[in-house]
Amino acid sequence: MRADTLQCGEGLTRREETVLAPFLEIKNLSHIYSGGTPFEHIALKDVSFRVERGEFIGIIGHTGSGKSTLMQHLNGLLKPTSGEILLDGVDIWTNKKITRQARFRVGLVFQYPEYQLFEETVYKDIAFGPKNMGLKEAEIDRRVREAAGFVGITEEQLKVSPFDLSGGQKRRVAIAGVIAMEPEILILDEPTAGLDPVGREGILENIQAYRRAKNATVMMVSHSMSDVARLTDRLLVMNNAHLVMDGTPGQVFTHARELVEMGLDIPEVTRVFLRLQELGLPVQPVYSVEQAVAALTALKEGKGNA
Amino acid sequence: MLKDITLGQYFPGNSFIHRLDPRAKLIMLVVYIVALFVAVSWISYGVMLAFLILCIAVSQIPLKSILKGMKPLLVILVFTGLLNLFLTDGNTVLVSFWVITITLEGIVRAILMVARILMLVTGTFLLTYTTSPIALTDGLEALMSPLKKLRLPVHELAMMMCIALRFIPTLIEETDKIMSAQKARGADFETGNLLQRVKALVPILIPLFISAFRRADELATAMECRCYHGGDGRTKMKLLRYSLWDFETFAIGAVLLAGIITLAWFGL
Repeated sequence: MRADTLQCGEGLTRREETVLAPFLEIKNLSHIYSGGTPFEHIALKDVSFRVERGEFIGIIGHTGSGKSTLMQHLNGLLKPTSGEILLDGVDIWTNKKITRQARFRVGLVFQYPEYQLFEETVYKDIAFGPKNMGLKEAEIDRRVREAAGFVGITEEQLKVSPFDLSGGQKRRVAIAGVIAMEPEILILDEPTAGLDPVGREGILENIQAYRRAKNATVMMVSHSMSDVARLTDRLLVMNNAHLVMDGTPGQVFTHARELVEMGLDIPEVTRVFLRLQELGLPVQPVYSVEQAVAALTALKEGKGNA
Repeated sequence: MLKDITLGQYFPGNSFIHRLDPRAKLIMLVVYIVALFVAVSWISYGVMLAFLILCIAVSQIPLKSILKGMKPLLVILVFTGLLNLFLTDGNTVLVSFWVITITLEGIVRAILMVARILMLVTGTFLLTYTTSPIALTDGLEALMSPLKKLRLPVHELAMMMCIALRFIPTLIEETDKIMSAQKARGADFETGNLLQRVKALVPILIPLFISAFRRADELATAMECRCYHGGDGRTKMKLLRYSLWDFETFAIGAVLLAGIITLAWFGL
């Protein structure tokens, strides 16, 4: 009798745990390169945060702040020196099979991903990931076509060599190669670097389309503050191997001065408003043009009334 | 992980050997290698070893990094040692078992052969450890310049070597990056049989070649933009000049070679 109740209780708490466990949790993550040698370098120090399904997270920080190292931990490419990465409450380093699974559940798009294309046709290159997952031919075909659709690659383009495409199209193919694995978390390292404004807008829209269609989490490293301010609903700020800020763009950009001290850019409109504040106007820092318009209109009307 | 390759890397320092003219060091290395091959007996090997140890001590290169560089040689050393051990004919048979015969001569020869290879490689390492790649190619170019008379493109060869050395770390970094990216797409380099592993390299090699060609193209354009047109009429910022030390070094080299030849003459 007693044993039964105990078991029930245990079962209940365990189920509760799985329900309550955050989708992705990073616990006290630290990473040291070349530990124990004169070249020792601390890349991450005691980083902790949680990620839920469907979030769009921006990661900002200047070069060498640990962003790339952090990203490569999330899908098990790098092993933490200490700390844990829990995906649905399970440490991704529990065993080899789970690590490999994590690689597919967390898709990572590196900087300038077009340099990693290698197949004869666009179709085959996009199919590389799904093939490695061991999927059936029909499923691979469906995923390749769907991924191509997300990034706007046409049926004819699937048959050509990826090396015959333009730079922006190559980038789309490379991103499709990761999207085709249908990752629940899509991480991108500066997906728009080196593209013209039209290309940038296109890629950002593609990413949004994928996120909405699959309710996927997107984490994006970017140096374009106006992009992250406009698109994301949460910002992580890295500085000197530490996670120094974690909040909505609104919360983060109120610390504009600290961001500038860290060597980071702030959206142009925020800079204008900081200067206005300095000049003595009663305004709060904003981070989007819409907010700026609203704030200025309010100010003008307020003055008109007074 | 690929960054751990240390084979013959430059080890900055300010010792006597570091400051020698690269041409002097190159000539010394040739003298040293010739002497090593002339040496036949325990005594002459002892002299060579003493010279080598002296050089290492003067160069202030930690013994640990020299030993670390030896690791890839282990297979060749074991192979050479075993071949000489089993295949040397001799009168003093120590062990005879089935097709295997081990003679005293075989043992001596195996030890000397392995010692010769070890000393050869250590000597060469000493050169690359104490000379920056640029100084080394400069020295090579200067030493080979008489061959220009034979229409050999000496400057171009030196430039190619210099560029190749310069791009090794870049390519290693690039390989690391491509490997990570393909791993992120589920590529597996660690399991499977030989054929599967070779096939798994394709997704790395193709992007690597493409990027190497792209880099070469960009570098060529950049060089042409700065009016590079080969060696004719090109002057150097750092001229190589022999100092007194270099002549002292040549004297030491001459004495060493003469000594070893004399020893060999007397069959020692």
